[in-house]
Amino acid sequence: MSRVPTALSDASPTSQFEVKRIRGDFPILNTTVNGKPLVYLDNAATSQKPAVVIDTIKSYYESSNANIHRGVHHLSVKATEAYERARATMQRFLGAARPEELVFVRGTTEAINLVAQTWVRANVEQGDEIIISHLEHHSNIVPWQLLCEQTGAVLKIAPINDAGELMLDDYEKLLNEKTKFVSMAHVSNALGTINPVRQIVDLAHACGAKIMLDGAQAAPHLAINVRDLDCDFYTVTGHKMFAPTGIGILFGKHDLLEEMPPYQGGGEMILSVTFEKTVYNKVPHKFEAGTPHIAGAIGLGAAAQYISAIGLDSIASHEHDLLAYGTEKLQEIPGLTLIGTAGNKAAIMSFTLEGVHPHDVGTILDLEGIAVRTGHHCAQPTMERFGITATTRASLALYNTKQDIDALVMGVRKVIEVFG
Amino acid sequence: MDLRELYQELILDHNRNPRNRRHLEKASRSAMGYNPLCGDKVTIELMLDEQGTIVDIAFDGTGCAISTASASLMTEAVKGKTPDEVRAIYDTFHGEVTEKPVQGERKVELGKLVAIIGVRKYPARVKCATLAWHTLNAALDQAGETVTTE
Repeated sequence: MSRVPTALSDASPTSQFEVKRIRGDFPILNTTVNGKPLVYLDNAATSQKPAVVIDTIKSYYESSNANIHRGVHHLSVKATEAYERARATMQRFLGAARPEELVFVRGTTEAINLVAQTWVRANVEQGDEIIISHLEHHSNIVPWQLLCEQTGAVLKIAPINDAGELMLDDYEKLLNEKTKFVSMAHVSNALGTINPVRQIVDLAHACGAKIMLDGAQAAPHLAINVRDLDCDFYTVTGHKMFAPTGIGILFGKHDLLEEMPPYQGGGEMILSVTFEKTVYNKVPHKFEAGTPHIAGAIGLGAAAQYISAIGLDSIASHEHDLLAYGTEKLQEIPGLTLIGTAGNKAAIMSFTLEGVHPHDVGTILDLEGIAVRTGHHCAQPTMERFGITATTRASLALYNTKQDIDALVMGVRKVIEVFG
Repeated sequence: MDLRELYQELILDHNRNPRNRRHLEKASRSAMGYNPLCGDKVTIELMLDEQGTIVDIAFDGTGCAISTASASLMTEAVKGKTPDEVRAIYDTFHGEVTEKPVQGERKVELGKLVAIIGVRKYPARVKCATLAWHTLNAALDQAGETVTTE
């Protein structure tokens, strides 16, 4: 059921084939919505899952499910091996030096809260400064606001320009001897901006601050190497990279994780417990209290392998082509303004349409089977910076096609027709 | 689902040309409503007589077509109505959009408000339709806090 003649979509035979095969890997892409084929353009909110990830989880529950780390029976050993193999897979995926530097968490929100309440809380005092940027997701704002309330530290905001790019000079000016910590997005969820993270890290280190990068929107789209970046902490979330919800990774440099106090207390994160004294487990287990989302971790490992087998370079290249095509087509629409026009962007297109509220755009697109997100995208300060309360956001992943973009464009033109 | 069921001509008209969208000088009551999920904002201003009848009503704010049209249609529906009549209209309307219809005597004719009832097929948009009404109730009760949809 194609929407447009294929002459309009001129992808080369190789990439066309690759995308078709990749689409075949994702069962949900075959469904219909409101009688139309699903056009899923809400990947920044969450990604769809390939059969291999779904099957890995199913197979775990069918043949290897047990609690991990301390059982002596066969299933427990199998489950433990699978869980730790997933950790090692993520270590390779992120380019970390050792698996002990990878902590399984619930997601990037938990990772940021964890770091704020452990390393940062132990190392900042009244009057110290923490820097975030004007394009952060609420999950990289509120934990720092809480931390500042608790410690008397001060939150500073590195500004962005009208294209949604971090103003590096202004960021540099904010850094001083009181700056203890910097936390920034690698990729902006609302604007798509890819931050110049290497420079951001170097500048932070030059003034003695530690730095965390929020890679929630980066992991499915570009290659990450935490050693190259030399960041102190890095976080990714499973559900945005074709893995289940409720699982993510916090990378932390080994010596930092060692010196940090625990986050949550409980089973698994201890070596021994008496009422007189409790000895904590070694890193990373010190930060994994309670029974983890074992199936989720194993699913995350399978997703990382799936991505690596295709290759992040070819994924990035495919998405870059779609971004260029989509940007061009959307900009042809009268009354449409793109929000977030950085020179270096991931495949996220946020826009406003004159005279039509994003909610109405989203509902009419939904009736065409097109899933986009409308609203403030958990980035209210970013919206405010552009003088708006909401945008319509189309965000792409490796399984999107030019036909998806064509459908989006036709849908937006239909919105204009209705509201004409 | 046909988009014309939701975006009927009447709704598009009231969105393009909202009625009673102005500032009410000498309003005796007012309230603000806010939908934090999308940023829809509405202010309702009322002039009541001694019996509490709505002598005049005006609204202002920013929001989607559904919230704007709903506010506009609401002002037309309640102008000149007594508190009991307003209550009856609200209960009937709210019952229809939340699919818990009011029964028997309490049910009243909705007139043009019927156009908005299509929103009940779009659960994510019901709050857009009811924001103005919740705000109206707050103005009538003069609760003093900003109403939110959450």
